Amino acid sequence: MVTAAPKISVQDLRLAFGAKEVLHGISFDIGRNEIFGVIGPAQSGKTSLLRCINRTIDFSPDATMTGTVLVDGEDVRKTRNVYGLRRKIGMVAPLPVGLPLTIYENVAFAPRCVGVSAKSELDGLVEKCLTQAALWDEVKDRLDSLGTKLSGGQQQRLTIARALSHQPEVLCLDEFSIAIDPVTTMRIEDVLKELRKDITIILVTNLVQQARRLADRAMFLWNGDIVELDRNEVIFSEQPASRKTYEYVHGIFG
Amino acid sequence: MPKRNRPAWAIFAEKALEGVIYLCGISAIVFVLGIFFFVFKVALPVLFEPGFSLTQFLFSTEWYPTSESNIRYGVLAMIAGTFSVTVLAMVIAVPFGLGAAIFVSEFCGPKLKETLKIIIELLAAIPSVVWGFIGLTVMSKLIVEFTGAPVGVNILNGGIILALMSVPIIVSIGEDALKAVPDSYREAGLALGTTHWQLVYRVLLPAAKNGLLAAVLLGVGRAVGETMAVLMATGHAVHIPEGILDSVRTLTANIAAELGEAPENSNHYRVLFLTGVLLFTITFVVNLAADLVIRGIRKK
Repeated sequence: MVTAAPKISVQDLRLAFGAKEVLHGISFDIGRNEIFGVIGPAQSGKTSLLRCINRTIDFSPDATMTGTVLVDGEDVRKTRNVYGLRRKIGMVAPLPVGLPLTIYENVAFAPRCVGVSAKSELDGLVEKCLTQAALWDEVKDRLDSLGTKLSGGQQQRLTIARALSHQPEVLCLDEFSIAIDPVTTMRIEDVLKELRKDITIILVTNLVQQARRLADRAMFLWNGDIVELDRNEVIFSEQPASRKTYEYVHGIFG
Repeated sequence: MPKRNRPAWAIFAEKALEGVIYLCGISAIVFVLGIFFFVFKVALPVLFEPGFSLTQFLFSTEWYPTSESNIRYGVLAMIAGTFSVTVLAMVIAVPFGLGAAIFVSEFCGPKLKETLKIIIELLAAIPSVVWGFIGLTVMSKLIVEFTGAPVGVNILNGGIILALMSVPIIVSIGEDALKAVPDSYREAGLALGTTHWQLVYRVLLPAAKNGLLAAVLLGVGRAVGETMAVLMATGHAVHIPEGILDSVRTLTANIAAELGEAPENSNHYRVLFLTGVLLFTITFVVNLAADLVIRGIRKK
């Protein structure tokens, strides 16, 4: 058996906004085709971690990042092609950001930017991504209306479709279900299980149960430090290594 | 739960404040209607004078307001003058202004940005008579030298001067419009792997189009309404231009130059006010058209 190299490898990652350090030197690997859960309370550095991986952290001028983040063995801080890196990583933000375009154009946006212009190809892609995001049936008759006019939950699914549109190898979901009803959440969770055959998924969530349902491994991040990282069976068992993990997972914490 | 009564002065103060804000709100309407009313009131009697015809006013190129025997009040040549200078100015100023706005807002570093913004604001604060002076002296010599035109004060000169005056307005308002696009759009776009240019072209411009259109319109408004600079830079000749090196006279320059000489309440005086009404109508139509365009875009 070949030992697969990790898809993402984070080594001693430190991140500071100005003088305030939010990630205190964390290291972990994420395997290929794994659903990697990241749990932890607010302000523990979960979103910042994702932004380091696709380097959208660059847009915060006061952020300083040290350590290494390797995606497919390539250091994201030294990569020549940051656009290529970002295309490799689909990102879904906690609050949906529908671009001020039509539903169709929102999904066709990323493919267009890399030069896909054939109508038939785009049509197929748009339908596929919207179907994967469990949105196709609701919007197929009004693809030409503005994406920003959809309801909150629909917009969130639109951003999921958009994140899938450039056929990423890694999908980062940051609290994706915050604005979605439980039934739709379940539908998307099924899709994620399906997608996992092809891609790696990082699932950042406040919902401990969601991580428990979906993830292969989970990492408990607290105040910028990894408290515990282990297989789901361990993290969510009655005897995780850390007492803190047990308390958080079972809702005793805080 | 017992209802707590607010003190009488607090209620009174709130009502008073509401009233003041209401007055501020409707004052704009009052001023616009007031200006239109008084300009129109002075102009009105001339419409019923036997020697005046509205068709002649609008469609004749003959402007002989002080002739002894052959008085003509035709402003078509000046409409053409205003139109040509404005169009030329916009052809120069819109690409420059929007380009500069995009550069300042999206591409340049914070230090350069601050410097540029200060300089652009300074440019906007230069009085129009100074611009006219530059047109009359510096620009006209350059134009004679480079194009071989017989006179340097012409459409080209006025157009360039007006463009220089409109650019700062287009830049600062355009930059505000781009700045108003939420940063989350930028992050969402870039997270999808777009390059910076693709982001500008596909996300920011569509998102900011209303504001950018407003910027262009204010630029047009400045160009149409500008008086002193074009009076000095365009040559003041009443005729329909045949090329951009012809001298022209604009509606505004005509009013400014002749109002002082026209005896009060003479026909000449009233026709100049009628020209004012015409200008007012032109700006109104331009603004209305832009408003409809914006609404059309919004509906889509």
